[in-house]
Amino acid sequence: MQSRILIYDGTFQGLLTCIFQIYEEKLTNFSIHPEGYNQTDFFANQELVVTDPEKSARVLKSFQNYTSKKAVHRIYRAFLSEIPGVELLIVEFFKHIFRHKCDLSDDFSQPAILKIAQIDRKVGREKHRMEAFIRFELLKDGIFFTKIAPDFNVLPLILKHFKNRYADQKWIIYDEKRQFGLFYDLKKVVHISLNFDENLKKDPNNLHNTEIIFQKLWKSYFNSANIKSRKNTKLHLQHVPKRYWKYLTEKTIIM
Amino acid sequence: MNYDRIKKKLEILADAAKYDVSCSSSGSNRKNKNKGLGDASGMGICHSYSEDGRCISLLKILLTNHCIYDCAYCVTRRTNDIKRAAFKVQEVVDLTINFYRRNYIEGLFLSSGIFKNADYTMERLIRVAKKLREEENFNGYIHLKSIPGASDELMREAGLYADRLSVNIEVPTVSGLKLLAPEKKHEDFTKPMEKVKNEIIQFKNEKKLLKSTPKYAPAGQSTQMIVGATGESDRDIMYSANYYYKQYQMKRVYYSGYVPVSTDPRLPSITSQVPMLRENRLYQTDWLLRFYGFDIRELLNNHHPNLDLDIDPKLSWALRNQHLFPININSADKTMLARVPGLGMRSVYKIIQARKYRNLNWEHLKAIGVALNRAKFFIICNSRLWERKDWTADQIKSQILKTSSGKFRKDYSTQLNLFDHAI
Repeated sequence: MQSRILIYDGTFQGLLTCIFQIYEEKLTNFSIHPEGYNQTDFFANQELVVTDPEKSARVLKSFQNYTSKKAVHRIYRAFLSEIPGVELLIVEFFKHIFRHKCDLSDDFSQPAILKIAQIDRKVGREKHRMEAFIRFELLKDGIFFTKIAPDFNVLPLILKHFKNRYADQKWIIYDEKRQFGLFYDLKKVVHISLNFDENLKKDPNNLHNTEIIFQKLWKSYFNSANIKSRKNTKLHLQHVPKRYWKYLTEKTIIM
Repeated sequence: MNYDRIKKKLEILADAAKYDVSCSSSGSNRKNKNKGLGDASGMGICHSYSEDGRCISLLKILLTNHCIYDCAYCVTRRTNDIKRAAFKVQEVVDLTINFYRRNYIEGLFLSSGIFKNADYTMERLIRVAKKLREEENFNGYIHLKSIPGASDELMREAGLYADRLSVNIEVPTVSGLKLLAPEKKHEDFTKPMEKVKNEIIQFKNEKKLLKSTPKYAPAGQSTQMIVGATGESDRDIMYSANYYYKQYQMKRVYYSGYVPVSTDPRLPSITSQVPMLRENRLYQTDWLLRFYGFDIRELLNNHHPNLDLDIDPKLSWALRNQHLFPININSADKTMLARVPGLGMRSVYKIIQARKYRNLNWEHLKAIGVALNRAKFFIICNSRLWERKDWTADQIKSQILKTSSGKFRKDYSTQLNLFDHAI
């Protein structure tokens, strides 16, 4: 039988619609990819799955009937990893639940379920790292601004954290890699996409006049907090891998 | 703001505060209110790590390093010839708020040298916390030091603004304290602890009746002990820690390997190494007590007053109690699973979940992430293959050491180094 390639719009709802279709048409030989995927298998049948909120809601609801909110959340976070092939793992997960009609979402002896749990942990770690390593810079217009490029698409996951925490200041967190950001305007968080001026962050003219002072103070605090006789570079790098240094004020040279 | 002056003060007073190991910012339940600044209700966050690998979560500073005491182990002791400085209340508030807004920190850890007297110092610390809470509407994390000897009234007030309070007993034994800090009395340390404990109990009772009872130190209290400054055994340290956990309901006891800061003949020489491995073993023991259901007397006793340096305390216990093993992974209860070397609580949880559906074999355990190189000597599972049961403790130990690598291994390896001796 010919293999089918399902292309969806890259949203979670889109993926759930695919699952609906898989069941509806009893597909066995298929693969799922987000839009923008480069086809290499010319013999396969490629088709676009149109996201259908109703179908996706039905899939999600029956899944949730057997499992729990926790399981849905785990799958959603794994989905945000954007790891190639995660879609098929998620389908496996759903199939396993629907086949047995009970909550097997902690059955870690199933490879797909274990894998999803592991990816979920990875995404959780990246989320936590963003909550830790984001450094805002105060701009002239009173907005606290930062650019990030996380390994996984964690912006939807960190929204609540920053909204609760910085309720009395305007802020923007912009994901350079995925070209969208969050803007909090003291009332609500909106999604934005900026026509990006690459130098927005680098240009000291855009910064508030106290910004550099606090960056320098922070850096000097960072250096003073170190106990030299306990130097442990390996541990340091384990906690702050080099790819995150670009975020950290204390690790960059300040003009 | 005078940048240069603040920078100098910050350097001096952060440098003096860094020997306090506690940097926890978790355990509070203080939520953002009235659209103010900050939220300390989530899990703790380490915003950075210094080059010694320790977490930086809070702005950890002293209000001043002027001190009327002369404790031998302390870098800010009266007779030590160092630069002294003092922050104004407003300066600390400004630094905290501005660091917090940039997501550098989770909050403030404020300690102080003791100037004039205990109450005068405590009152100043409270003033900073009060200002942050009431004037800045700051809901981030605040950790205040309880100054030894501070009055009950001040300790009550401190808990209304702080998330956590701590007194460092520093020297685990009363005799050690007499030797190194003769001006301080043991009671000076325990009195504020006792008061805070009672206030927390009272808060919990009142909270049941009246939901709006103001919070009192929601993240509890902690303390710290120096390891390796005087001649205590590991048993002395851990029995003492256990006492503080039980008696004062401490959230945490921290162990701080002594960093030589003095040439005082009562202390290890200035060139001695920080006992980092020993510190590590003490923390492992602490975890076994708090999360793994061990009793301290099982791990340390008269026959076994010190922890092994070459193997972890759980493995060491298991080797002394081989008659309890092997256990069956598919039927043993949770408390026993937690006692198997190589199984952490996360693996225990996964095993308990997964075995509901099928009997587990070695492959399953490996996929779950069990450290089989240690665990395999103590368990059986759904497989006909298992380790020979008649091995002695020493044989198992050498097998495990052979097949594993430890980060501190070079510090205690007794193996001859070919190249050192060839020259």
